[in-house]
Amino acid sequence: MATQVAVADALSQADLGRPSVGFWGDVSSRIRGDVTTMIALSILGAMIALALGADLLSDHVFGVSYSKQDLLRTFERPSFANEPAFWLGADNLGRSEVVRLLYGARVSLFIGIFAALVQLTLGLAVGVSAGYFRGRWDDIAVWLISTLNGIPTLYLLIIVGLLFRLDPISLVILIGLLGWTGEANLARGQTFAWRERDFVVAARTLGASPFRIMLRHIVPNILPLMIVTGMLTIGGVILAESALSYLGFGIQPPVPSWGNMLTGATGFYYKGPHLIVVPGIAISLTVLCLYLIGDGLRDALDPRLRGSQAVKRISRRRPPAVGPR
Amino acid sequence: MGRYVARRLVQAIPTLFGIMLLTFLLTRLSPTDPVQLMLAGQSDLTLEDRQELLHELGLDKALPLQFVDFAWDVVRLDFGNSFYYHRPAIQLIAERIPNTAQLAIAGFVVAALIGIPLGIIAALFRGRLLDHGIRITSVLASAVPDFFLGLLFVLFLGVQLRWFPIGSMNVIGEGCGLCWDRAWHMVGPVLLYANGGLAVYPRYLRTEMLEILAQDYIRTARSKGLRERIVVGGHALRNALIPVVTLFGGILTIVLSGSVIIEQIFSWPGLGRLLFEAASAKDYPVVTAAVLVGGFLLVLSYILRDIAYAWVDPRIKVGK
Repeated sequence: MATQVAVADALSQADLGRPSVGFWGDVSSRIRGDVTTMIALSILGAMIALALGADLLSDHVFGVSYSKQDLLRTFERPSFANEPAFWLGADNLGRSEVVRLLYGARVSLFIGIFAALVQLTLGLAVGVSAGYFRGRWDDIAVWLISTLNGIPTLYLLIIVGLLFRLDPISLVILIGLLGWTGEANLARGQTFAWRERDFVVAARTLGASPFRIMLRHIVPNILPLMIVTGMLTIGGVILAESALSYLGFGIQPPVPSWGNMLTGATGFYYKGPHLIVVPGIAISLTVLCLYLIGDGLRDALDPRLRGSQAVKRISRRRPPAVGPR
Repeated sequence: MGRYVARRLVQAIPTLFGIMLLTFLLTRLSPTDPVQLMLAGQSDLTLEDRQELLHELGLDKALPLQFVDFAWDVVRLDFGNSFYYHRPAIQLIAERIPNTAQLAIAGFVVAALIGIPLGIIAALFRGRLLDHGIRITSVLASAVPDFFLGLLFVLFLGVQLRWFPIGSMNVIGEGCGLCWDRAWHMVGPVLLYANGGLAVYPRYLRTEMLEILAQDYIRTARSKGLRERIVVGGHALRNALIPVVTLFGGILTIVLSGSVIIEQIFSWPGLGRLLFEAASAKDYPVVTAAVLVGGFLLVLSYILRDIAYAWVDPRIKVGK
């Protein structure tokens, strides 16, 4: 006993050579050491910067707006010998593909990020409260989830896109309202596991309100997992939005989105193959980056996942033990 | 088993009700005027004619009563006539389902034949180059949108190399169900369906396989001197394949959503293309019918999945 105290004393006084690192500090240092994730993060960061700077770039570098038509240059092929506005060629109306891609990035990323935020918030709210209170409210939540899961998402989006005229903001709300079920299921399952933990029982015994327990004790613990899911959700939303816009029920021209830039593409197989390839690569690259970041975050947030299989099995059954913060 | 099936069926009733309610509310809350939609172009309609038409359609009743009418129609599978084809919507849908099924079944056989072995290989070579390669392929497969892949297929293999046809089910004039010509037309769409599976199967099977390979009974099998081939193929693989059953229930989600895109690209006359065309032409009864039938099929597939899962893995029944 005495030696243990001595060792603990010595440890607490010893200079360990570096300052102690908190949970998020550890996560960020792990990510910084992960080449794939860093590459994906920088590509995505560059895309967000380009999307935010679309106005500046189109005014000062390319000198054309996304709807400026030049009917003498329709289907111009991409070439860096052209002036900057036609580096990626021109579309069927002679509009600059580069500039349209930039504005499309703005729409696609905006919808992806914010719709995913809505989904995450709704999913957390419904999932955690259903998992915590159980009973009648849980039944209602499960009913809502199974109902929304019972209709293919694309069908729902098509029927809504048919009935309402959608702009980016209404699409954010719509995709957010229709797509939170995956997040809710995850949060609900996790809450079932966490609400029985000793520290939650202790908090309840000390008289903490359910609201406080959920917000301060349960949500912080499932947040890392939800952030990983959030990355995948952004990718999923971008795919869904582009599919919907591709079919013609999402963002309506002349506002460009990566999906609706491909809408007429089937008519351009011969004249303008670049009109298929350019937006398609933009979507694929963005979603790929998001999925890779999600994977990297998962590894960084839960270092035990990288250990032996025995550890892996336990961590799949139980959520990562981060402890209340 | 019987009780489990019964309970699962009863549980589906509120879900089906929810699907009907959601579809009903969406169609009724829309700002689009149904009368104008039905009589697109005919503007010489007096107010009385309008009222009469609304009355005929039952649209002048209170919303809950309208829902009762709607639900009764749905239960009898009567979704009304298509505005465009002037035939019952349900009939149009029934005609298209075999075409969609033909593609989807072929697609998922291909996906399973490629995806399952890839998952096993990835698990056996965990952490090595092959594993990383398979992981990257699988992430790529999920990141590339179906329609982009389909358009690329048509662009390069159809238009430029002329190896494959760029659409429809048969060469015009040749109406055959199962022949070389049909198979040739199916290559593109089937590969697209397979891509959907390729994004899921390898990952899933890899995790499952790794989990099982760490179990005690695998160690026992190895320590009693069984050859690795028998340990992996006999003991591990059999158990790893059990949860694959669950994937087949989720398949229908991919099929129903995927078919809209895939059939649109390859002009394949299936359910998805019907929905796309009907939605483009604002053919309401067909859209509503497609959404509802799609939803019901999906719920049915979830039930079948749960039952199949309980059947292969008796532990499930005890649980929930």
